[in-house]
Amino acid sequence: MKCRVCRGPAVIDIRRHNANFCPEHFERYCRQQVERAISDFEMLSLDDRALVAVSGGKDSLAVWELLVELGYRADGLYVGLGIGDYSDASASHARAFAEHRSLELIEIDLRRVHGYDIPTAAAVTRRVPCSACGLSKRHLFDEATIDGGYDVLVTGHNLDDEAAVLYGNVLRWQTEYLGRQLPVLAAGSGFPRKIKPLVRLTERETAAYCVIRGIDYLVEECPMAGGNKHLAYKEALNEMERRSPGTKSDFYFGFLRRAAGRFASDDPERSDLGRCLSCGAPAAAELCAFCRLTDRVAGAEPVPVELLRTSR
Amino acid sequence: MRRRPIVPPIAGRSGHAGGVKVLLRNPTREVEIPGPISVVKLLNTLELNRESVLVIRSSTLVPGDALLADEDTVEIRPVISGGATGERGRG
Repeated sequence: MKCRVCRGPAVIDIRRHNANFCPEHFERYCRQQVERAISDFEMLSLDDRALVAVSGGKDSLAVWELLVELGYRADGLYVGLGIGDYSDASASHARAFAEHRSLELIEIDLRRVHGYDIPTAAAVTRRVPCSACGLSKRHLFDEATIDGGYDVLVTGHNLDDEAAVLYGNVLRWQTEYLGRQLPVLAAGSGFPRKIKPLVRLTERETAAYCVIRGIDYLVEECPMAGGNKHLAYKEALNEMERRSPGTKSDFYFGFLRRAAGRFASDDPERSDLGRCLSCGAPAAAELCAFCRLTDRVAGAEPVPVELLRTSR
Repeated sequence: MRRRPIVPPIAGRSGHAGGVKVLLRNPTREVEIPGPISVVKLLNTLELNRESVLVIRSSTLVPGDALLADEDTVEIRPVISGGATGERGRG
């Protein structure tokens, strides 16, 4: 297998592009894909201050590295979710990455600052952990971006993430979500601008980028994510991709080109939102969803993740 | 839907009977597959989708057409991650 660019020994094949790359030219390929995503969707400029949502996993560390490599100003934000050893390990990876590159990493510990953690929230609300986790992260990422004066919030969503979310939303015709499943969400009504520079790279590619760059990311999966539908959608899409390379890309980018605009009117008007009486965040009721969750679960007896896993 | 492959674990290092030593994750385990064998064939043998994993030997990516020998030790690293991504619209 030879590199498409230099004909040297290749280390990875990208079947949807019918291309193989050596390490050097694979890195270049990744940079080009991110540059193209930023350019095509007018994501950010070199003058912008970006805040990257960092988990210690491959995608968030890859997007941070790529943005810095491309000359963008980007700090990181890590939220400690209190998921036992998993959170300890993810924090270590995020900190080590930032320290080695002299990058600024902001940390928010959910239990210390807001009085709860994800296993406890899941136990008290009796809902899947991903529900409280997603809600908490969305709120804290948005808040930190606005309060820190950043121009844009960057997330590590890749092509697989976007295709899987699209797949799930199409299966249930959740048109209110389809209208806003875009690589860029504009700022407004108390929400920051959000961008996804990795939408042109699969997660196999972001993982390969990390291996080649020597980025020490957390390989282990969240112990609470097992069995969720998102993973099942990814597995189904990858089976189709195996049989027909390019399926995920055609599905997602075809949606953006041909269908996303048709659902724009189904997206609830964000301007109708009021402000949370407690924290000032956008809210559909007196309190935002995050403050309602905090009111309900803060101060509850902590539930160790191991206990939650065995009781599920 | 792809089934989880059923591969017997090796007894441990002392039980090394020859073959490519393969480290798998989720759950973490080791298996041995008779070599020489190509990476693509190894993944087929283990019923793993190439789109969902990387094969790594000595911290270096191993391409699909590479031939693995009995002395080789490789890690098959899953790349699928998923949980709460902080995005609305999860199914």
